[in-house]
Amino acid sequence: MKKKLKIVIISGILIILAWLSNFLNYNPLIFKTAMVIAAVIAGYQVAISAYNTLKMKVISINLLVTIAAVGAVIIGEYWEAAAVTFLFAFGSYLESRTTAKARNAIRNLMDLAPNLATVIRDGKEKEIAAEEVEIEEEVIVRPGEKIPVDGTVIKGESEINQAAITGESVPVRKEKGDEVFSGTINQNGYLEIKTEKVGDDTTFGKIIELVEEAQEEKAPTQKLMERFSKYYTPGIILLSVISYFISGSIRLSLTLLVIGCPGALVISTPISIVAGIGNGAKNGILIKGGEYLEKSGEIDLLAFDKTGTLSKGEAEVDQIITYAKSESEVLRLAAAAEFNSEHHLARAIKNKAEAELKESVKSPVSFETHTGKGVTARIDGREIMIGNSRLFKEQGIKIPEKIERKKNKLEKQGRTVVVVSEAEKIIALISIADRPRENAYQIAEKLKRVGIKKIVMLTGDNERIAESVAEELNLDGYKAELLPEDKVKAVEEYQKEGYKVAMVGDGINDTPSLVTADIGIAMGAAGTDAAIDTADITLMADNLDKLPYAVGLSKAANRNIKQNVAFAVLVVFALLAGVLGQKVFLASGMLVHELSVLIVIFNAMRLLRYSTE
Amino acid sequence: MKKIKLYLEELSCPDCANKIEQVLNKTEGVKKADVHYTTSKANVEYDSEKIEVADLKKAVAKTGYKVERTK
Repeated sequence: MKKKLKIVIISGILIILAWLSNFLNYNPLIFKTAMVIAAVIAGYQVAISAYNTLKMKVISINLLVTIAAVGAVIIGEYWEAAAVTFLFAFGSYLESRTTAKARNAIRNLMDLAPNLATVIRDGKEKEIAAEEVEIEEEVIVRPGEKIPVDGTVIKGESEINQAAITGESVPVRKEKGDEVFSGTINQNGYLEIKTEKVGDDTTFGKIIELVEEAQEEKAPTQKLMERFSKYYTPGIILLSVISYFISGSIRLSLTLLVIGCPGALVISTPISIVAGIGNGAKNGILIKGGEYLEKSGEIDLLAFDKTGTLSKGEAEVDQIITYAKSESEVLRLAAAAEFNSEHHLARAIKNKAEAELKESVKSPVSFETHTGKGVTARIDGREIMIGNSRLFKEQGIKIPEKIERKKNKLEKQGRTVVVVSEAEKIIALISIADRPRENAYQIAEKLKRVGIKKIVMLTGDNERIAESVAEELNLDGYKAELLPEDKVKAVEEYQKEGYKVAMVGDGINDTPSLVTADIGIAMGAAGTDAAIDTADITLMADNLDKLPYAVGLSKAANRNIKQNVAFAVLVVFALLAGVLGQKVFLASGMLVHELSVLIVIFNAMRLLRYSTE
Repeated sequence: MKKIKLYLEELSCPDCANKIEQVLNKTEGVKKADVHYTTSKANVEYDSEKIEVADLKKAVAKTGYKVERTK
């Protein structure tokens, strides 16, 4: 890099001296000599590289520039020869400087990777490389240190800055039993951590690998451009030869060689993608590749899977209405029935039981899950059923009208109500609230501001809850009482109506619909590899505000790509016209070429500064 | 058949990536090479009986670029 700069400076000075001597009416020989030396200095390495690649039977832009410069000297155009090589060297120096900046976002991210870990071996504290920590081994992390592995806190508590993973620098409190991530920073407490994953297997390692692969993923536009330039370069060389035989002008032929590599065109798409993905990665948004940036640009409908996105998915039991037995007895039976279920409503019931009951919850003797409906279980010889109306209808158990009315009333208030029965007799209703997140109330407006036309909610909740939530949050529509497969159908229906659909979910039980949608967005995915694998765009943080940012960034990147491509195509044809019309020659051709490349890079770099604020 | 990632010194132009890619693909023993300008990385699939990593590095060096590390 420094060498490049030196070459540029020396040949630049020589060119200036040559012109000075010319104005001062010195011997023209000095002018010519200085120009040729400048050309040799600037072009020496270009020529060597051209020769080396030619040996491998590969024609490079370096070869074209070398031929043009040598040719210019032969026909006595010393200034043009010096200018072409100087501009080429200067241009590629600036290019590498600026593209390095665009790529830095990712380099900076990689620098956040932890290097060292403190472990206890042979009864002594020992510092070892982070990748060498063994699974299950205990790691000690002191205040201010980076957490070196993914694992669970076994001792101590602290505030942790998880910006490396989630892009959010607001510290998160972690204590015994909590999950911590490699690359995050322990701010103020002493922690002992049991190692679960190290090195490339950690969430942080996955992010790095994904971001790297994402940048290599070629967007459709990029493929198109590369195909074009594949034919363009040999085409121009051919044209250069033909034009010599037709016009007899060597100058014209040489100029054609200079514009033979459509640099701006080739770089237009990838540079925007790198900048876009880099900005995302810095903010805890993983975009799987350029293709998804381009696709996101066309999204006009966004569908939420409510749980885990609009609501936290941390449902809480707020009321138990009993018709037989005591409240604690109902809770005990319900929690036992749900013992093996990971459904969020089941978790709410178990949490409530854990908090209120003195004894621990027992597992049921037998147990059956009815996906999307509920569970049936046998506990201490009692037949317990717990679930929604559909389960009861399916099992042929009628819910008395009085209970049904109470249930409806609660649901109108936005509660999810599960029915509990013992031996086919309804014994209680459990009302569960899964309130929208605070920032869900502005989400519709924010998404519309970044260009989404329609925002809908797809939910397993019943009609009444869905309606009340959709209304509260100002959504444009909802579809309720959907099973996972119904959500897929709903997405397909929207697509048939002509919408480009983005589906947002927590990536845990909504995988099919995320895959079906044009763009699948998983939210709050830190630590869940499956979500990261499935989604096209992943928001590491469990923060709804990142969603408009991700959508806005993708749309901005897509616009940026279009601007770059349009500009580059224009330049290619303008240059070609200018050269054939004998208005553009060696030096000016190279100047326009290099300038266009830099303009494209600078335009892409605006994406690094993209922000919704 | 083996796969390796060559991390190159920063590529300064997209043309260089094409150039390295073509050179690698023409190297005896290389089955497939993808060179990525954006990450300055070459993903190479090669026959380890015919060619060594050192030979891949040499081929890259011919184009004027260094291999910084491999994985």
